[in-house]
This record gives sequence, structure tokens and C-alpha cells, in this order.
Amino acid sequence: MADQNHETTDFVASHGRPTTRTPLISMRGITKAFPGVLANDHIDLDVYGSEVHALLGENGAGKSTLMKILYGFYRADSGQILLHGEPVAIRSPHDARAMRIGMLFQEFTLVPAFSVTENIALFLQDLKVILNIKAIYQRIHGLSERYNLQVNPQALVSQLSIGEQQKVEILKLLLSNARILILDEPTRVLAPHEVEALFRVLDNLRQDGYAIVLITHKMKEVLECADRITVLRGGRVAGSLPRSKASEDTLVTMMFEKGLAGLQVSQKLAADESVSPLLELRGVETRGEGAETSLKALDLKIYPGEIVGVAGVSGNGQKELGDVVLGLVRCIRGTKFLFGEDTTNRSIQAVRKSGVAFIPENPLTMATAPFMTVLENMALTNAWRYARLGGLAMDWQAVKTDTEDTLKKLGFSFSLYVPARSLSGGNLQRMVIVREMTHHPHLIIASYLTRGLDVQSTIAARQALLQARQSGAGVLLISEDLEELFTLSDRLIVLYGGKIVGTFKPEETNVYEVGHLMTGSEVQHAAHN
Amino acid sequence: MPHTTEPPSRTSLPGLNVLLVIVRYLIIFLVAFGLFGVILLVAGKDPMLAIRDTFSSTLGSAYGFSEVIVKMIPLIFTAIAVALPSRVGLINVGAEGQLYVGAWLATWGALTFAPLPSWILLPLMMVLGMIGGGLWAFIPAFFCARGLVNETITTLLMNYVAPSVVTFFIYGPWRSPFNSLYPQTVDFVPAARLPTFFGTRVHLGLILALVLLVLYWFILKYTRWGLEMRAIGGNPQAARRNGIPLTLYIVVVMCLGGAIAGLAGMSEISGIHGRLRPGFSPGFGYVGFLISWLSGGNPIGILVMSFVVALISSGGDILQINQGLPFAVVNILLAITLFVVLARPALLVKGKSA
Amino acid sequence: MSLLSILGVISSAIFSGTSLLYTTLGEILDERAGIVNLGLEGVLLVSAAAGFGVTSQTGNPYIGVLAAMLAGGVMNLLFGFLVITRRANQLASGLAVMFFGFGLSALIGKPYVGARINGLPRFMLPGLASIPALNTSQFKFDLLIYLVVPMAMLIWWLLFRTRWGLSLRAVGENANTAFAAGRNPHRIQYQALFFGGLLAGLGAAHLSIAWTMTWAEFMTAGRGFIAVALVIFSKWHPARAIAGALLFGGAVAFQLLLQASGIAISPFLLDTLPYVLTLLVLIVWGGTRKHAAPASLGRVYQGTEQ
Repeated sequence: MADQNHETTDFVASHGRPTTRTPLISMRGITKAFPGVLANDHIDLDVYGSEVHALLGENGAGKSTLMKILYGFYRADSGQILLHGEPVAIRSPHDARAMRIGMLFQEFTLVPAFSVTENIALFLQDLKVILNIKAIYQRIHGLSERYNLQVNPQALVSQLSIGEQQKVEILKLLLSNARILILDEPTRVLAPHEVEALFRVLDNLRQDGYAIVLITHKMKEVLECADRITVLRGGRVAGSLPRSKASEDTLVTMMFEKGLAGLQVSQKLAADESVSPLLELRGVETRGEGAETSLKALDLKIYPGEIVGVAGVSGNGQKELGDVVLGLVRCIRGTKFLFGEDTTNRSIQAVRKSGVAFIPENPLTMATAPFMTVLENMALTNAWRYARLGGLAMDWQAVKTDTEDTLKKLGFSFSLYVPARSLSGGNLQRMVIVREMTHHPHLIIASYLTRGLDVQSTIAARQALLQARQSGAGVLLISEDLEELFTLSDRLIVLYGGKIVGTFKPEETNVYEVGHLMTGSEVQHAAHN
Repeated sequence: MPHTTEPPSRTSLPGLNVLLVIVRYLIIFLVAFGLFGVILLVAGKDPMLAIRDTFSSTLGSAYGFSEVIVKMIPLIFTAIAVALPSRVGLINVGAEGQLYVGAWLATWGALTFAPLPSWILLPLMMVLGMIGGGLWAFIPAFFCARGLVNETITTLLMNYVAPSVVTFFIYGPWRSPFNSLYPQTVDFVPAARLPTFFGTRVHLGLILALVLLVLYWFILKYTRWGLEMRAIGGNPQAARRNGIPLTLYIVVVMCLGGAIAGLAGMSEISGIHGRLRPGFSPGFGYVGFLISWLSGGNPIGILVMSFVVALISSGGDILQINQGLPFAVVNILLAITLFVVLARPALLVKGKSA
Repeated sequence: MSLLSILGVISSAIFSGTSLLYTTLGEILDERAGIVNLGLEGVLLVSAAAGFGVTSQTGNPYIGVLAAMLAGGVMNLLFGFLVITRRANQLASGLAVMFFGFGLSALIGKPYVGARINGLPRFMLPGLASIPALNTSQFKFDLLIYLVVPMAMLIWWLLFRTRWGLSLRAVGENANTAFAAGRNPHRIQYQALFFGGLLAGLGAAHLSIAWTMTWAEFMTAGRGFIAVALVIFSKWHPARAIAGALLFGGAVAFQLLLQASGIAISPFLLDTLPYVLTLLVLIVWGGTRKHAAPASLGRVYQGTEQ
């Protein structure tokens, strides 16, 4: 348990640059495995007071898991956590909070119907039985003045912008006595000026001795406000260095795999641009709700017989892009053309009927009726095709035949008569792929197609895409696997913050350039169009 | 005959499933009856006598049995009226109100078109009953589909508006000048009465209800619409992404549920009462909700539970006559049965979701 | 339309509205904690019967009131056992409690149908007696009536000025957030249900012991449901519930007044007024003020996975 008196001397310590002090928190040899993935592999991390420590890495690198272990959400399989050099056991967020560790999650734990004050009061450790609203006001006021976290204490949280809500979350942390603050991708939902404001807040906090761990994948932020940077890749520490020694290039090199030797680049077909494109987005904008990303001024064309790969860290608009093509998300500006026709406001059913297939990133929640059998699920997107007698009956034999044909073609196999939810994640994905590919779609939106699949199925799924391309279909391939993107795409675009920040042919670029764009840093090369 | 989704061969005995279901129901009833018996004892009554009397008067005579069937008819209707929307994830607590409006509109038809022959008048009344109930359900459906208000609250509130409006008509423009003791409409002409069978009070409504039950089962299991409805109920988000028009189904299915409840009203007043009386429904809509909920929307379950509840209700009559207990006491037994199911003791865990 | 008849209407509205207000306050507590009790009608009936019966047996109306309160609390705890501990569907459980209440109240009340009791004594507030115009027997009210508005303020204060109230409201908005803040949602919901039940019992007691001083089957005549509607109409706020209770409770009395002045509106149509008003409020306001209802109302708190 931290000694409060001891803290004051530490707090008034030097501004920012740690010397040979003991770290506030040391994590040693942290290892954590989940079914199927080793999230953290013997990770060491030191967190010092008066310092902003950035934890940089791609999605799935293990940053969130590591910090959730520190916050007591998970328990490490092996390893140690030391507080001021003394080993401690953190078994729950309660323990973590007792050690003055606080975490700001991507999903806020705010009650929208409560005021700012009530939300903060709810989390105060020393809340009195009879609320003294005025006293709480004053405490909030004091802190928000000090750290530039101004927000109206009487406002309802539902009326606040996301940036303001985040300020409330930070105030909650500060007022519950945390002195080690873990922020999980805090700028994902902020506008640029709000990001600036946040950095100023972090700077003020750091000067007062707080230790801040900033989880992020954005290069600019790291270089702008971090004192120390640790890069995680594939569950391991790829490198840890002070800001002075870091540059974009060194960091990108650490974040992405060095060797892409042996990358089998499949034969690229040049898209026939004389023909009308299958899909055209012109100036498309969407309005994201809450934590969703808004797409901004998107221009995109997909021609028959080409695979367009979409690179980017997930959360930068990939889901919204797929959804806007499908018709689930409305464009507030711009037009969408499918097969030459303006389909900006058409229903999803109409979009699908015209030959668009959609393989979503989460098959269980986004594409399946869990309690119905696999065979029944097969008919869901094409019920009109299999309906007989005006809808009174369904031609299940035809469904079965079509499905089995596709199964044979793709080399998949799973039972047709079990409830869909009993399938494993990989099999669910396979089921969705089979369903979507069965009717020779002209345009395929594939979102994280091979996530969770074993090697064999991955190859088969990719083969299926290539086959589709061969027969003249167009594919929008959204993926976080750069190797997959480079191998399969005829053209590559990079999404960042809801915008397309780069368009290339894979042979004209390399992982590092793409990596730069994915993390939002400026690139020397001009973006091709 | 179109191929179904059943697998070509079964590995487990089909009979075993049915047996388990029967055993489960039996346990529920035994526990419930047991508890009810205890309460009767505490109240100074004889439970064994009550049970004997109930069985002898209901199952012991043909007429008694027919009376149970009579009580069962409206329950089947309202149970379907709740079960159908529940398949798309809608909660229709408004069957009671929809029933009243259906009865009201059917009454208007009976009074206005009295000269018409039976084979025109009766179907007309049926259609009117369905329109009435359907319209009453449309209002909550509309607001639910727009995402404005939860359909549970709206259907519930509308349950309290309907009977009062109906009563207003009975005391007002439709009041019969003849029978001044109890306010009610004039008697319906014979052409407006559903025919009965074999000298009992069991009327054509039974056939209607059973037909609807079969239709309900058939539509859900075999048709394209049933498939898409079940998809919505199972995962509305995925259904939307798969191109199923959610809003359309919500409104249509809710209105269909209302229409069926409206038919329940029509069949009650045309088959049993022959006039519109205030408060003619002792809560059919609510009991239907519970039957649908208890049976998980399963057609056989609806049939069985409707019968059992009708049986219990007959028992209530007996209790009142023979042992001097108010009829309302039978509600205790109904409630205890529900408590037993709701409390989901380990003995009965089946993994069913309401 | 004399002063006397206006006073009569107001007096009627106050009597009718009081029991409604107590019940509504109790349901506000429950719903603020995320639980909707459709079985309120059953709870009221059992409480009314119990209170009346005890008063008749003991001859002491105060003990009767206490008995009614206790009955309400116990009925709500039964309901709570189903929806909190057994995680049952709130709507179905509520309806089950309603049926249970119908039957149990009939059983308890049967011996007392038609009995006479000593109701709660009625008196005038000392200040009012000096106003000659108001010095009529119609303005003699019983203790519960005088206490109801202070009670509403007390509930307001509990909900918005105490730590318990803050926790309760947090549970009703988002039980997971409340849990993350260190609260125990199940325990809080039980507490809310018990106190809500006490209040509902108080409302029922006023009906059978203080106002009508009779017992008849189904005597609550839908007040339980009017209360549920009133909770929505007053947007889950105790202060607004006062106005709503007067309005809803007075609808019938108002109709008499209208009749006396020659306007004839059917009493049955007026009966629908509370519900139509509530529907209008929901439709008009429901779209804009999305957060009027506690966000987790009706949802079953599953507990967290470890």
C-alpha cells in the first residue's frame, strides 16, 4: 500500500526527465495467454513518476492486455509486478485502485443521465452518506482549473462532447486518488484540437509528478508528448527507448515485421479502367455516433477484376467503410454508385440483390442467427432466391446443393444441421464465406477475412477471392495483415482517421511507407492517386 | 413436398424429448398444486375435496369437459397473439386491449349489418375483429419501429384505454333499451352468432383457433417469412445486415398479433355472449401472455397450457360453489405455477430463454 | 357550481390522489433502481386486505396501517426474489405477482367483506379552521394525507441528496457501472423493492383504512396500473408525481364537476385520461428526452464474469 507522505517528495521531483530513480511500477516477465493466442510474452516494463510513457504497437500487439493486467482486470500467467521495488499482488481493479493506479478505458464508465458531479461522486472513495454537492463542486473546480480540465459540473454527461466526457473520466481518476494513470487509446475519439488540449493536460499532470502510460498506435502523438517509448509487437517488447533516441523510422521499424522475405506476390492483373467501376464512392461522409469513426470526403473506385486492399489499424474507419457500401450506414454527404447506378439511399436488401456480398469482421454477432441451424443460416441472405410458392415454402434441397457445391470448391467442411452458435469461431467464418460466395457476387466486401482461420482455410479463403477476381468480380479487402494485403491486392489504400491517406500499387511501395501512413505520421513520398 | 431442414437421420429417440417435456410439466404442476393445497389448508378448506370436485366436474362429464374447452378458446387466440410477435423479439402485453377493440368493431358489424345472412355476416365480423385488433396494435408498432418508445409500455397503456372506450359505447350509443339491469348492447341476431357444437357452448371459434395455431406453426417452420422472422428474433443486427427488412416485419407482425387478439374478442362475444358486455374479458390477454411465455412460443405447449389454465379456471368455479371461496382464489394457483417456472429451480433447468 | 361543490371536488381529488401518490412514490423507487413491477395491483390488493383485516381484528387503525405496509414490503420482496435472485423476466414475474395478489387478497379479505372499522381519524389543520370558507367537513383529512407531500419531498431528498440514492439511481441506469464503482447492485435493488413495497402498502392502507373504510374484491380498481403510468408521466420524479397524482386522482371528481356545470363527458372516457396523457407524454417526449427512463429499466443484471 503506497505511503502517502512518501509521495510528496517524489511529486515535487524534477520536471519530466527521470534519472536513476526507482520506477513507481515495474512489470517483470509478464506472460499471459488466451485460448489460441499468446498476448503477452515475458514483457518487462518500467513506469516512472513525472513521466509520460507511451506504449506503442499495432492491434493485437498486447498493449491493452498488459495494462489490464496492471489494473487487475486480468491475472498474468507468470511474472511479477513491483510497486516501488516491492512485489505486490493485484487481483482486481479494487486492489489496483488501492495502489493508486487508475485506468481510462476506451468505453467510458459514465452514466449519461447523471451530471458531471454525480458521475464523479459515484466513484469517490470517501463519499459521505449525505451528499455535499457544494464540496464536490469545489474539489472538481480546483482540479479542473489546475490541469485545464474545464467542464461544467452541472451539465449532464449526455450533453457533453466526447472530448468533454473524457475530461470527466480523467477528473474521476484524479479525484479517486490515482497517481498512475493508464490511458487506453485516448485520442481515438478526439478531434485534433481536443487532442492538443489533452496533451496539455498530460503535460500539466506530468509536471505534478503523475506517472502516465499512454497506449496508442499513433506516431505523432508519441513523438509529441512521450518521454519514454516502449514498442510492443506480437506480444513481445520490440524495443524501449527514451524520446531523445526515437524517430519515426526507428519506431516504424520496431512496430512492423522486419523481414518480409519470401513474400509471394501473386500475379497482379491490371484493372480494366475503361469499363464502368463496380463501386464508386464520391465524397462520401458519414457521421459516426459516439466512439465510431466518421468517414470524411472518401473517394474510391473498384473495377471489375481487381482486389483493393484496405490497410490501417482497426478503428480508423474500416468498419464504417464496409457498412457504408453495404448500406447499413447512411451517407450524410456524397454519393455511392453500385454497378453504375446511384444507390446512395438504397436498402441493404437491394444492395445485396444487385450482387454485393459482405463478409463481416465478427461473424457471430454480425452475420449469424445463432440458434438456427447452419443450413437455415445459409438461406438468410438469399431467402428470395429459394422461396417457392410465393414464400409459402423454402427449397431446402436447393440450399443444400448450392452449399455443398461451394463447400467442395473451397475445400471446407462443417455440419449443416447443428445450431450455428455451436460452431467454432473459425468455422463460423467459413460458414459466412461459403454463404456469401455461393451466388457469384460481383462485389465482395471482405472484412478481416482470415481472422481466426487455420493455415489451410486461410489459403482456401484467399484462393476463393482470387477465383472471384478471375471471373471478373471486384473485392474490397479490409485486413490488418500486411502480408495478406501485399500478397493479394492489386491496389492498396490506407485508412487513417476515417480518411484515405494513401493509394498505391503494392509493388510501388513497402511495409514501412504503409506503416507510416497507418500510424498517421507524415510521409516524404507524395501520395499517389 | 419441399425438403425441410431436418437432418436425414436421427440419432436420438424422438419420443425421449417429448417424454422429458411431459415430465417437466408434471413436476411444475405437482409442486404448484402442492403449494396451493397448503394455502387451502391454512384457509380452512379441504384441498383434496377441491381437486376431486374439479376433476369430476370437468373431466368427469362431457358437458363439464366442453366447458373447459369453452374457456380454452380465447386463451389459444391470445397466446398466439403474443407468441407471434415474440418470435421477432417484440413483447406484446397489449392482447387485452386488442381483444376489446376487435370485439368492439365486430359488434359494430353485427349491429350495423344485422340483416345480412350468416355466411356473409360472420366472416365480415371476423374481418372486422381482426382489423380492430390490428389497428390497435399498429400504434405501438409504429412508434416502436421508429425507435421512439418501447412497445411493452405502449401496449400496456393501451390496454387501459380500450375497455373504457368500449364501456362508453355500451353505456352510450349502443345501450340496449331492454335489459335495464345490466348495461349491455342489444342481443345479436342469430346470424351473428358463431354456431355451436353438440348442444354444448363450444363454438366455431375453436376451429378458428386451432386453424390459427396450425398456421402459426406452419408459417414459422416452413415459410420464407417464418425463416426471416426467426432470424430477426435470434439476432436483429445480423438480420439487418443480411438484408432482411426489419422495420417492415416489426410493424406487420405486431399488427398480425393484434389482429389475432381481435379475433379472440370477436369469437368470445359472438360465440358465447351474443352481445357486448362491459368487462367481458377476465384478463384473457394477460393470461395469453403468460401461456405464450410459459410455453416458449411452442404450438403444442400453447395448446397444453391453454387447456391446463382452462382446467384450473374451472376448478375455481367449483371452489366458489362448493367451498365458498371467492373465484379469484384460483388465481393463486395460476400464480404459483408461474412462480415455480420463473424461479427456475435446478430440477427444471431447460435452458429456455423467454 | 357552488364553492362547496368545488371544494368537494378538491377534497375528493386529495383523498384519491393520496393513495395514488404513495404508491407511485414506491414504484418510482423501484424503477429508479431498474425494476418495473407490473404486479403493483396485486401488491396493493394484498396490502389493502391485510391492513383492513388487521384493523378489523384489533380495532386499531394504526396497527392496520403498519400491517399493510409490511404486507406490501413482503410482496415486493417475493417479487424481488424472482427478478433479482432468480433473474426472471420482470414483465412475466410482475404479471404473476398480480395474479397472486388477486387471489391472495380475495382469500384474506373474504371474512371482512362488509365489515365496519374505525378508520383513521380526520382532522383539520389548525390554521385552516380559522378560514370560514374552508371550514367544512370536506376539508378534514387524515394523518396520511398530511404526510404524503412531505413524504414525496423525503423521497426526492433520498434519491438526489444521499449516497444511497445516488447508488440506487446508478444501478437503474447501468448496473455494471455501479458495480465498477464498488456498489452491490443486487443488494441495492432488494432495498429499493422493500421500501417501495412499504410505500405501496401505505397507499393501499390509505385506500381501505382511511378513505373508503371498506374491503371489496378488486377494490383498487386499477390503481396499481395507474401508478405505473403515473411514474412514466411524472418522468420518474417525485415532485412531478405530486401534480400528476392530483391530476389523475382527480379525474373522476373532475368529471362530477363538469356534470354539475352541465358539461357531460362520459366517466368512462375520463377513465382513460391518465393513460392517454401518459401515452402522449411518452410519444412527444420519448423521442427527445431519451434519458428520462432509467437506462437499465427492465433489464436483468447478470453480474460480472470473473
